[in-house]
Amino acid sequence: MSLEPFIAFLYILHLRKSSKTFASLQQWDKVFIGLLLAIAFLFVIEVVFSAGFIIKWLWHLLMLFIITATFKLPELSRFKTIMLAVLPLAVILLLKDLIKPFTDQFFVSIKNLLNYTFPLATTWLIALSIIWTRQQKALEKERQLRLAEEQQHKIVEARKMELELLVAERTAQLTRQKEELENALVDLQTTQKQLIQSEKMASLGELTAGIAHEIQNPLNFVNNFSEVSVELLDELKDGPLHNLPQAEQEEVEVIINNLTQNLEKINHHGKRADAIVKGMLQHSRSSSAEKEPTDINALVDEYLRLSYHGLRAKDKLFNASIKTNFDENVGAVEVVPQDIGRVFLNLLNNAFYAVTEKKKNLAGTYEPTVSVSTRRLDDAIEIVVKDNGNGIPQVVAEKIFQPFFTTKPTGQGTGLGLSLSYDIIKAHEGEIKVETKEGECTEFTISLPLNIIPDI
Amino acid sequence: MKILVVDDEPDMQTLFQQRFRKEIKEHKVDFAFAISGEEALSYLNKHEHEAVLILSDINMPGMSGLELLQHIKEKYAVPPPVVMMITAYGDSENYNQAMRLGADDFLTKPIDFAVLKEKLKIENNA
Repeated sequence: MSLEPFIAFLYILHLRKSSKTFASLQQWDKVFIGLLLAIAFLFVIEVVFSAGFIIKWLWHLLMLFIITATFKLPELSRFKTIMLAVLPLAVILLLKDLIKPFTDQFFVSIKNLLNYTFPLATTWLIALSIIWTRQQKALEKERQLRLAEEQQHKIVEARKMELELLVAERTAQLTRQKEELENALVDLQTTQKQLIQSEKMASLGELTAGIAHEIQNPLNFVNNFSEVSVELLDELKDGPLHNLPQAEQEEVEVIINNLTQNLEKINHHGKRADAIVKGMLQHSRSSSAEKEPTDINALVDEYLRLSYHGLRAKDKLFNASIKTNFDENVGAVEVVPQDIGRVFLNLLNNAFYAVTEKKKNLAGTYEPTVSVSTRRLDDAIEIVVKDNGNGIPQVVAEKIFQPFFTTKPTGQGTGLGLSLSYDIIKAHEGEIKVETKEGECTEFTISLPLNIIPDI
Repeated sequence: MKILVVDDEPDMQTLFQQRFRKEIKEHKVDFAFAISGEEALSYLNKHEHEAVLILSDINMPGMSGLELLQHIKEKYAVPPPVVMMITAYGDSENYNQAMRLGADDFLTKPIDFAVLKEKLKIENNA
C-alpha cells in the first residue's frame, strides 16, 4: 500500500474543484477525470492482484508527472504551494523504493534517515495542506467579496446610466418646452402688435366718422352759398348791370366774372371735400348688407374687368397684361359681396395705378403686369393681388392702411381705399397683408376664414 | 305753402332765403325759421291752423330733431304736418329711427336744393 495514489487522487480532485472558479482550468476537466479513473483503476488492480511491485513504480511516475506539470504549466502555477507540501514525502517514497535493493551500510543508514524523516515529511504535508486550505478559503472569501462589490458596482453603473438617460430626456423635454414657450411669446408679441394696430385703426375709423359728419354741416354752407352766389351774380349780370353806364359796365362785368369763377372754384373744392367725407363715412357705415354665399372667383373676375375697363375708359393709353390663376376649390364663401368687391376694386385699381406709374418712367422693355390668384387653404381662402410696379418703401408700407394716407397726387386719391378695405376685411374676420420689394413688386394677400360667424 | 325750417345754425335762414328767393318773391312759399326744437313747437302752437311743412335738423342742442318729430306726429295728429329730416348724420340708424317715428322724408347735408325743390313740388301737389 502506498500513499501516493491518495495524494494524487486528492490533488486532482482539488484541481477539478478549483476549475469551477478558475476558468483557465476548465478545458482540462476531461484530463482530470481521465487521471482520476486511471488512479482508481490502478489502485483496484494493485489491491486485487497484489501487484504493488510494478504499480508502485507507476505511482512514482505519476507523482513525478504531477509535480513536474505543476511546476512547468503556467495554468497550475498557483498550486505550487501544494506541490511544495507534497514534494518531500514524494522524494522520500521514491528514494526508499530506489535504494531498497541495496544493502550496503551507506544505503542502510540513508534508509534509516528516510524512515526518520518520513513522519516529518508527512507532518509537513498535513500542515501545509491545512495552511493551504485556510488560505484558499480566505482567498475565496475575498473573491466573493470582490464579486459582490463588482455586482454592486454594476448596479450603480446601470443606475447611473438610467439617471443619465432620464436627465437627457428631461433636458430634451425642457428644451422643447422652452422652444414652445419662445414660439408662443413671439406669437403673442405679433398678436399684440396686430391688436394695437387694429385698435389704432378702429379708433381712427371712429374719429374719422365723427369728424366726417361734423364737416358736412359747414360744407353744406360752403357748397350751397357758393352755388347760390353764382346764381345771384348771374342775376346781377342779366338785370342791374345794364343800367350802368357803358364804360363801367365792362369793368363791373370783368369783376363779376372773376367772382363767378372764384365761387365756382370754391364750389368745386367744396364738392371735393364732400367726396372725401362721403368716402370716410363708408368706414362708419354699419354694413347693413347681409352676408351671402358668394363665388369668390367670379367676384374677383367681375371686379377685375370692372377695374380694367373703368381705367381704360378714363385713359385710352392705359394698358396692362392680366394674369389670373383661380383655384376651383375656392368655391362659395359667406361674405358681403358689395363690400368684398369694393376691396378687390381698391386693390386692383391701386395695382393698375402702380404699373401705369412705372410705365410712365420706364418706357421700352417694361411690361406692366397685374396678376390675381385665389387659393383654398384648410380653413380659409386666400386672394392675392400682385403687380410689378414700383413697390412700396418700408416707411410708407407701415402707413398704407391708415385713413387719408395716399401717395397719389392731390385730387386723385382720398387715401381711404386701403383703410376702408382693411375695415371690411376685419369685419369679415379676415386678414389683409402686404409684401413689397421696392422697385420690383407689391403683393396684397387677403385671407378670409371659411367658418365666419355671422354678425348678430 | 308755409315751410318751417328748424336748424340750430342761423346761417340756414340766409341760405334758404337766397335759395328760394324767386319762390318767395312769387309768394309760392313762405318761410319761418326756428333755431331749436322748443322754438319750433311754440311756433306750431301759435300757428296751429296753417298748413305747414317742416324741415328739421336732427342734431341740435336741447330737443333733438327726432324728439321734435315725435312730438309733432303725436300732437298734431289731424292732419299731421309733413316732416322732412335734414341731417349730416345720414347713417342707417338715424334714418331708420326717423322713419319709425313717422318722418315723411330724409335728406342729408350738404343739402342738394335741386332735389329738395323737386320733393317740395311733389308734396305741394299731393
